[in-house]
Amino acid sequence: MSTNQAFISIDCVSKHFGEVVAVDNVSIDIPAGEFFSLLGPSGCGKTTLLRMLAGFESPTSGEIHIDGNPMSEIPPHRRPTNMVFQNYAIFPHLNVADNIAYGLRKEKLGKAERTRRVDEALEMVKLPGYGKRRANELSGGQQQRVALARALIKRPMVLLLDEPLGALDKKLREEMQLELRALQESVGITFIFVTHDQEEALTLSDRVAVMARGDVLQMASPHELYNRPVNVEVADFIGQMNFFDAQVIEVQDHMAVVDTQGLGKVQVPAAAEFIRKDAKVVVAVRPEKMELTSQPDSQNNCVRGELATSAYLGNRSHYFVTVEGSENPIEVASQGSGPESDQTLRRGSEVWLSWAEGALVLLPAT
Amino acid sequence: MRKNVPYIERPNRPLFLYAVLFLAFLYIPVLFLPLFSFNASIYIAFPIENWTLRWYREMLENEPLFAALMNSVRVGAVTSVLATFLGIFSAKAVTRYQIPGKNPIVAVIMAPLVIPGIILGVALLILLNYAGMSLSLYTVALGHILLCVPFAMATLMSRFEGFDKSMEEASADLGENAWWTFWRVTLPTVFPGVLASVLLCFTVSFDEFILAFFLGGTDPTLPLYMWAQLRFPNRLPSVLAMGACILVISFFVVFFSQWLVRHDRD
Repeated sequence: MSTNQAFISIDCVSKHFGEVVAVDNVSIDIPAGEFFSLLGPSGCGKTTLLRMLAGFESPTSGEIHIDGNPMSEIPPHRRPTNMVFQNYAIFPHLNVADNIAYGLRKEKLGKAERTRRVDEALEMVKLPGYGKRRANELSGGQQQRVALARALIKRPMVLLLDEPLGALDKKLREEMQLELRALQESVGITFIFVTHDQEEALTLSDRVAVMARGDVLQMASPHELYNRPVNVEVADFIGQMNFFDAQVIEVQDHMAVVDTQGLGKVQVPAAAEFIRKDAKVVVAVRPEKMELTSQPDSQNNCVRGELATSAYLGNRSHYFVTVEGSENPIEVASQGSGPESDQTLRRGSEVWLSWAEGALVLLPAT
Repeated sequence: MRKNVPYIERPNRPLFLYAVLFLAFLYIPVLFLPLFSFNASIYIAFPIENWTLRWYREMLENEPLFAALMNSVRVGAVTSVLATFLGIFSAKAVTRYQIPGKNPIVAVIMAPLVIPGIILGVALLILLNYAGMSLSLYTVALGHILLCVPFAMATLMSRFEGFDKSMEEASADLGENAWWTFWRVTLPTVFPGVLASVLLCFTVSFDEFILAFFLGGTDPTLPLYMWAQLRFPNRLPSVLAMGACILVISFFVVFFSQWLVRHDRD
């Protein structure tokens, strides 16, 4: 890319553990102040990449630069990064205040200044007055906040977070997600966040890199990842998606006519190289971008199907519809309690699926 | 049997009896020692007619006995500190790093535990002769350190294994180099193990006879002195008195060191 250094520059970095390739030639540029997430299943290399940023592993090949400085010779204790560990790594033999102030030893602060900074940090993570408590007597959520305070008090250039919310229950996790986002926005530090939870990544991040098997599959904003995934693997990993095998019949004026197994012939914008005549492709559409009606819709693209099952979730309903040509039922999600004739829809009822122009996404065949 | 007692807690008479017999077999012979130290007669035989504290008084006035005691204390102190010191770093290396040939190395370090004392003693004696070193309390300490390092390492390994590596990484991440991380995080966390190791090694060294016999010079350690006194019947009872004292002290030291290791495990 550009030779102008981004704030964090990961340049063709690979990591091999013997035969195993944990990270495979990854290049990422991250501007200062971004909330950047590494998203992927276990074993995709995201934690290894994070640890290379922290200095706990060194790249087998490639270079990492932070703020223009190469990091290859710099050990963890001298890097401008701080990390929040997955299991918090709180020091059990110290109280909360000593834990938080741990990294301040070298700054040789006076007692008053030290206390002030610790109190400030405690306020920031919403644990005022907890200083004297024994660190290992806190709950998981509290320990996690102490770990956060301990890292942030050093005012690092980059904060690295390794699945910090993984061990928390759902409600607490959602609360902490909002707090983290607010914190990042107020402090302005670059956050690099590792998670396997795609909802979490989409909620928090400015940009996300989706990883699998050591590679970055796609790196984009949450909006882009959700609406314009670059292949089937990414589309499937993020949210729910319906997939249809298809073949391109012809391409004209940047529009492709595609014959799908399930939705019939459809027209899709032909924006990518792989969309050529006779190419095998996959047509994908999100459940909430389809609509279920009991009558055919003359306005939009429409196809007939049979209702297989439905699930009422309170604020929305999910319908599973079988259509000719597609072996799996199509999932349709609708807000509210569904079409007006909801009560009459039963298993086996004839229904009509419709979708708007921009709802379909073309992906390369697997 | 009460009906509401959970299965696990129901009394098991045969097992209880077995435990009692087992402990009796182990300890009754040993308990003869303090028993006869209160015997007025200098012959170790039943029945005990008169009880006395005379031997304890004699023991306190016996100069060579106390010199031997101090020798043992000095050797024990040096051995326990140095063996523990070596044990800390080997335990850390074994539990934290991938070292090629780790298992054979550990087996070799642990070997003194299973090598018969006499063989060890003779082998070390030959080695020291070869090296031209004259025998003294220093050589005894050397032999004891060799013997105690496995004890130290085993005690400390259990502490290190229960200790999360990410704490040391967190310390490094927060700006501390290897030495400061060791001082501020590792050592405080394994400290009960260090203390237990020191106490255990001291006890092992203090009570040790064979290596002290082979590798000792003109200054005897306490076990050696006591053994030498066995020939003299009238000196025997004060030796028994000293033995009883050592028994009691050893018991408390080992008990305390095991309590430390187990109690502090979270």
